[in-house]
Amino acid sequence: MKSQFYLTLCFWLFGVLVLLAQNDSTFFKRITSDSSKNQLNLDAVYNRPFLQAGKTPVAVGGYVESKVEYLQTDGVSEGYQFQMQRMTLFVSSSIHRRIKFLSEIEFEEGTKEINIEFASLDLQFNPMFNLRGGILMNPIGAFNQNHDGPKWEFNDRPIAATQMLPATFSNVGMGLWGKYAKKNWIFGYEAYLTNGFDEQIINNTENKTFLPASKLNPDRFEENTNGRPLFTGKIALRNRKFGEIGLSTMQGIYNKFVDDGLILDEKRAVRVWAIDFNTTLPKLNTFINGEWAWVAVNVPETFTQQYGNRQSGGFIDVVQPIVRRKIFGFDNAVVNLACRLEFVDWNIGTFKETGDPIEDKIWAIVPALSFRPSAQTVLRLNYRYHAQTDILGNPAALTGGFQFGLASYF
Amino acid sequence: MGKNFIYLLFTLFCCAILFSTCEKILPPAPAENELLDGPIPGLTGAENARFLKGDIAFNDEIFTPQTGLGPLFVATSCGSCHAGDGKGTPFTTLTRFGQTDHTGNQFLHLGGPQLQHRAVLGVQPEGIPNGATFSRFTPPANTGLGFLDFVTDADIVAMSDPDDNNGDGISGVPNWIYLREYVASRANAIAQSGKHIGRFGKKAATYDLLQQTATAYNQDMGITSNFEPYDSYTGHEIDPEVSNQTIQDVVFYLQTLKVPLPRASENAAVTARKQIFQKIQCAACHRPELKTGYSPIAVLSFKTFQPYTDLLLHDMGAALNDGYTEGSATTAEWRTPPLWGLGLSKNSQGGKYFLLHDGRAKSIEEAILLHGGEAQNSKALYQALSPQEKQQLIQFLESL
Repeated sequence: MKSQFYLTLCFWLFGVLVLLAQNDSTFFKRITSDSSKNQLNLDAVYNRPFLQAGKTPVAVGGYVESKVEYLQTDGVSEGYQFQMQRMTLFVSSSIHRRIKFLSEIEFEEGTKEINIEFASLDLQFNPMFNLRGGILMNPIGAFNQNHDGPKWEFNDRPIAATQMLPATFSNVGMGLWGKYAKKNWIFGYEAYLTNGFDEQIINNTENKTFLPASKLNPDRFEENTNGRPLFTGKIALRNRKFGEIGLSTMQGIYNKFVDDGLILDEKRAVRVWAIDFNTTLPKLNTFINGEWAWVAVNVPETFTQQYGNRQSGGFIDVVQPIVRRKIFGFDNAVVNLACRLEFVDWNIGTFKETGDPIEDKIWAIVPALSFRPSAQTVLRLNYRYHAQTDILGNPAALTGGFQFGLASYF
Repeated sequence: MGKNFIYLLFTLFCCAILFSTCEKILPPAPAENELLDGPIPGLTGAENARFLKGDIAFNDEIFTPQTGLGPLFVATSCGSCHAGDGKGTPFTTLTRFGQTDHTGNQFLHLGGPQLQHRAVLGVQPEGIPNGATFSRFTPPANTGLGFLDFVTDADIVAMSDPDDNNGDGISGVPNWIYLREYVASRANAIAQSGKHIGRFGKKAATYDLLQQTATAYNQDMGITSNFEPYDSYTGHEIDPEVSNQTIQDVVFYLQTLKVPLPRASENAAVTARKQIFQKIQCAACHRPELKTGYSPIAVLSFKTFQPYTDLLLHDMGAALNDGYTEGSATTAEWRTPPLWGLGLSKNSQGGKYFLLHDGRAKSIEEAILLHGGEAQNSKALYQALSPQEKQQLIQFLESL
């Protein structure tokens, strides 16, 4: 029912805009994204191409991502799979020169998963002091902030940034953010208090500690599971010549330790730290982007060790433009060679029974070739190879295959 | 024809080649004889579909408190204990306590017979009560269970020799057990004073795969069913947390898992190694060949197979006597474990061996040397072998 409501709402919204546009061919005005080096990852939410409707303060936009893949694990394949990964719609509005609203609604795999990823009001008192409230994206790592499909040369999102850290993890809350720039330096910060995780991070069907499981809780936009806010903070520093580095953290309590005044359990903490960086090498124009994160969860000693109390993982992407010219009639088209390396250790530690290390790891290498007819559109061909070991360290399951996909803002 | 058009055609051609050759450049399947999982060849389409349903329930269904896990448990899924349908490890080893002889378990009121040493959030797990003896059981491999299930009682009784009439020092006996109320006795079942022959479990105290499955759901994961409706935490009868259909699908899955395939083809060297196995009388208990009776699953009916077990209890001596037992077995008696798939054990045990009932043996040789009781003579014969013969024997066992 919820999905039907959103579909209907979007349909009518776009219908109205199309009707208006038919009456006036100059109705839509494209607002391109800012490609200058004044942007930090925290700006990504507004730094998107929008279409502004006439002189109204409303701008709309969105992106679409789909792919076909043929993957095989240890000789067994599900064959060719065509997937509509996601379609995202955003609507922004300038209510005042210093008051803005932006919302982002995402449809994943058709209508299998529909989320309001972002719906926040920003009030600027000072560039260093902006109040943000509503549904906001917890800024852990850089991918969470800057996740739009058309920005990436890879069909899949990084495992560490989507399954270890919850991808596009958004919650109701409020907080502050700000930016300060001087000469070649830009500093930014974000600090929010929101609703947080719940017990599903260890009570889930993934058979491992899995922070994204909390996204399955439909009540998280109206109810905090334990009344304790989740703190998410990030600082980022960018030098226009050298690139950007960010440090972020999430700290909270995940379990319902008290209910109706009765104590159920001790408070159990979840703590996450992440470091991210990106840079573009001079002359070669090689873009390097990476992120590494650590997760610590207070899992009861008496629970199964299948669910680890420590995790770590990350990824590094290297993107090398190899051709930049008019191709197939597209001016300024770019062909990139790229490669991603990624790794996640889902369960750091040793077995109590034997002292042997707990395995439960995945690593992947993803070479890629991408074609960008314009900055907002990308066609990408990836070969994916990953190896996954179980908790005991038995022979790894090997998966490999090709993925071809497209993504574009619209 | 423009340059662009040629580039486009070339690109499309390359993509088409790439996708059409996918299967040739992707991770291949391991050799069939390196895997324990997979169905018996020859199942019908409908049987394959049912096998897959059981496979998903067994390997993919992870229980959570929302779906009935616990509150006390040992593991969160069937597959947690039997990775790749192989043997388990000390991490997944379970503990049973409270019974010292045929009169039954004296600690049922204190959580016996199985220790649930893990618990969901906010709940304290069990401990072993003071005064209770216990034994640890490492999960066995699941492969070939269907074949063992359809060996006739008559064949098992025929292999037994309670009074050692043949004078070989080996006197295998069945474990005579009472049937759970939901378990139907086999066609042509042999009974003795209301008791039937158990054949599954370390002590052969489980009658069939339905009992094994329903009990494992209940005792290992804290999942109640119509078969085992009592919650292991409260002792109360509660609503079923798994359907009859799922349990029966898992039973079917276990029945139709293939047998482990030998990893050495029949040749002179293998024959020589096998002769050492026979020479030191391993085969007196680890019977190389058994046969099934009638089975409603056609591929299991009247088949000869090579499990290297006799499904009987044998006294294994003081070193393996934990002081705990089940059914009519004595505390020193253990059911002969099948040796098929032994060489693949490391693939499910994290690259190591954890052998014997509780995983205490870290190598095949150590397992042999821990044999005692009825196997004392075989152990002595093994010790008398030349180093080369010992190596050949172990190569043979690893190839099973």
